[in-house]
Amino acid sequence: MITLLKNGKIYDPAHNKDGVVEDIYIYQGRIVPKPLDQAKVTQTYDLTGKVVMAGAIDMHSHIGGGKVNIARMMLPEYQQKQMQEIKNLSEPEAHICTPYCSHHATPTATDTGFRYIEMGYTAAFEPAISPINARQAHLEMGDTPMIDKGGYAMLGNDDYFLRMLAAKKDQKAINDYVAWILHATQAIGIKVVNPGGISAFKFNQRRLNLDENHQHYQVSPREVLQSLSRAVHELGIAKPLHVHCNNLGAAGNFETTLNTMGASNGLPMHLTHIQFHSYGTEGDKKFSSAAAQIAEALNKNKNITADVGQILFNQTVTASGDSMMQHLNAKHANPKKSVIMDIECDAGCGVLPFKYRDQNYVNALQWAIGLEIFLSVEDPWRIFLTTDHPNGAPFTSYPHLIRLLMDKTFRNEAFAKLNLDAQSMSNLTSLNREYSLYEIAIMTRAGASKLIGLNDRGHLGVGANADITVYTDQENREAMFAKPDYVFKNGELVVKNGTIVKVVWGATHTAKPAFDIGVEKDLKDYFDRYQTIGLDNFKISDAEIFDDGRGSVVVNKN
Amino acid sequence: MKNNLNSPLPISVTCPACGMLCDDLSLNDITPVSIKNGCGKSIAFFEQSFKSSNESACTPSVSGKPTDLNTAIKAAAEILAKSQAPLFAGLGTEVQGMRAIMRLAAKSNATLDHMHSESTVRNTLTMQNGGWLTTTLSEIKNRADVILAIGTDIGSSHPRFFEKLVWDSTSLFSKPSPEVIYLGVSEEKAKSGTSPNGKPASVIGNDPSKVPEIINALNALLINKKINAETIGGISSATLQALVEKLKTAKYAVVVWSASSFKFSHAELTIQSIVQLINQLNETTRAAGLPLNSGDGDSSVNNTSAWLSGYPTRNRFVNGKPEYDNYHFSTQKQLQNSDALLWISTFNPLSPPQTTLPSIVIGHPDTKLDSTPDVFIPVGIPGVDHAGTMFRMDSSITLPLKKLRNNELPNLSEVINRIEAELA
Repeated sequence: MITLLKNGKIYDPAHNKDGVVEDIYIYQGRIVPKPLDQAKVTQTYDLTGKVVMAGAIDMHSHIGGGKVNIARMMLPEYQQKQMQEIKNLSEPEAHICTPYCSHHATPTATDTGFRYIEMGYTAAFEPAISPINARQAHLEMGDTPMIDKGGYAMLGNDDYFLRMLAAKKDQKAINDYVAWILHATQAIGIKVVNPGGISAFKFNQRRLNLDENHQHYQVSPREVLQSLSRAVHELGIAKPLHVHCNNLGAAGNFETTLNTMGASNGLPMHLTHIQFHSYGTEGDKKFSSAAAQIAEALNKNKNITADVGQILFNQTVTASGDSMMQHLNAKHANPKKSVIMDIECDAGCGVLPFKYRDQNYVNALQWAIGLEIFLSVEDPWRIFLTTDHPNGAPFTSYPHLIRLLMDKTFRNEAFAKLNLDAQSMSNLTSLNREYSLYEIAIMTRAGASKLIGLNDRGHLGVGANADITVYTDQENREAMFAKPDYVFKNGELVVKNGTIVKVVWGATHTAKPAFDIGVEKDLKDYFDRYQTIGLDNFKISDAEIFDDGRGSVVVNKN
Repeated sequence: MKNNLNSPLPISVTCPACGMLCDDLSLNDITPVSIKNGCGKSIAFFEQSFKSSNESACTPSVSGKPTDLNTAIKAAAEILAKSQAPLFAGLGTEVQGMRAIMRLAAKSNATLDHMHSESTVRNTLTMQNGGWLTTTLSEIKNRADVILAIGTDIGSSHPRFFEKLVWDSTSLFSKPSPEVIYLGVSEEKAKSGTSPNGKPASVIGNDPSKVPEIINALNALLINKKINAETIGGISSATLQALVEKLKTAKYAVVVWSASSFKFSHAELTIQSIVQLINQLNETTRAAGLPLNSGDGDSSVNNTSAWLSGYPTRNRFVNGKPEYDNYHFSTQKQLQNSDALLWISTFNPLSPPQTTLPSIVIGHPDTKLDSTPDVFIPVGIPGVDHAGTMFRMDSSITLPLKKLRNNELPNLSEVINRIEAELA
């Protein structure tokens, strides 16, 4: 019962394979060495001339949890428009999602899995699980078929942590709490959103800069960042602290971003959707690109990684834990509506629809800034391809984005259609770089897997989980990446010619570092005194994820 | 039916009787029911659940005649197979039950409507119109310094609200107990808000039907518009001005409303005005809203429906594709347009609406049937007979429900899945 993928061009950066022609053998869901007995090969796919990569991994996509569900409830018109568009397609199989499609900004859990696997993605990670909402996140991800999933638990605005920090608890106590949160929420990483700012907003502070104190706790975002990044580092989990910086979306925020890199003190730190944090204040409109400064700093600080959060033009919805900045941005909502929440002395959220327009100066420049960062950051192992789904654009735009990165002519033609003032403020056309297939494979496979700490995903070596995507090498990279010839999940053929042929259920990835369970004594007291649910009900058991047998938990060791 | 408990007493339980979803209850005895931290609603719920029903209540029936589960499931599947557009109503269930219902609905082109959506839709319409700014129970417990309850005494529908969130002085930020102000609530009901040491809540206006004009006046006063009338909705403008000042100086005012308590038409417009008031307060201070839910799993059903179909309820499937219309897909309207009814109520023994349609009732073993449905299948009560997962009223929090007793009753999801399998 061995499957042979024969003669494919292998792009496997984890093993330095850049288009070498090799065979891959699959047995019981894993990649195995060439068998001694060829008779055991029961199925062969001739992949001569085809491009073979590991299944792609989206390291930052809002696929589960309360925020997107709020967006679904608030925006039934999106779904209705989507249905209309699907009805209007005479040949649905010929349809390639472009940034000009409005659909899939808020796909259902089912569609999320289907659309990802159709593009050859075999895993996606929800980057903003508020611990108190983790059960809902896992329920939604549990209903997401086809792909592996996992999430990052948000800390740094929860009163429990801020109290510890204000009381100057020792680092070991903080490490134990952070590890306990990873276990309790079944997460694989830790995220901080607007460090301290979401909590400060509940005390009526409207902005919080890196070295400004939270008025109640008298601690600064810098202290929050340093405490959490040290905890994550000392616990030894792979995924560096996932940081959504202070001052999201504000003109001039690049300085906060540069200072945040400085606050890392050389420890690993990941800055997420960095495009939204790379804005200067130059020019008549006091809004400019600071991509060059940000890219230069990224090139210099080897401990920092980032994903871009590219925007693409059309209607989408922004869903963020950053209630402070989303409340401020609510006046820009289009259509004009917003849901803002304070959540359980734990977190917050802000959901507002947004329409990016190519003739709008700011939006056009945001588009260019994202691409400038992609093209100016030298090391593809430290920059990741995201649209911060759905905040910059739906994840279904990835094939289009890949073409923008790989095809300079296509990119410059798109640039030429933008708002003219924005064009004059961007150096994009002077950037000649075109990403190679190997670099795309780093960004979307090997690099993402290494960053998150997935033991056996994102590469094609012996022992890897057989999540494999096969493409036809086409000049039009958008068409190529939109519709793989084959996608294998756990060794099973699940997509053929861009169409799902079998429904399967992926695993939930977690990290569970060791910690002192004594931490629960004080936590129990905290829950009993201040929270409205019990400690035991806060924790999510493996059994809840197994559910009816569809789900499974993978504990990744580092 | 004997009560064969799953574990020895006392058992810590999560109570699904209201949207507070209290998980600090301890079931000390069941004959009679005795619960630590129980409230009137939870005791009534568990008494109802544990009262010994006769065996026949736990037996499925077809056309009123007792039968076995297999036969009943086949009969239910036959009705759905013949139906072009069935209505799935009631929907008194939790997440796992709703997941199963959604799959069956997609397969049978059903319309979905929850029994309390007449109220829920008013909130949904408000959210879809302009959004809102809301909060959750632990934030209220730790931060609220003023609680303005509009048209609801809170306590009748959510009995432990004041005990747990208002009068419990333990809070993270050493604040005084919040002041409770009722607007448009009768003096009798306002007693819910009297604190244990006898301090009554303030009451402004006892006529709920005047709420719309009073809220509009508050909005006007909040943005410094002059009001010439001496009274609005029977309240002096000086009283309203004082209320506005109180809200403006509060650090974290919480505005609570219950869509089901608004008995006037187009109540969503009043809820929009409430949201506008909250939004305006947030220009200078902090304030947030808390919409109370109605119960019977409404938050669970709407959340699950949203991630599985893209829409909350009142939605339907046409050829497997979801559609949404919170006006036309109401139970009342669809009873005229549908050709079969599936009624589901697992928490409470609620009977289906009167209809001549072929009907299937799946629910609480003690369901009172006013007329004989074509098929009746008694199922377990979530949080009593089987485990489950439930959303609290503030939607951000989900809690597991426990299985407390062993018996023969199947789960709703098991029954629905078997009906679906028959349709395949």
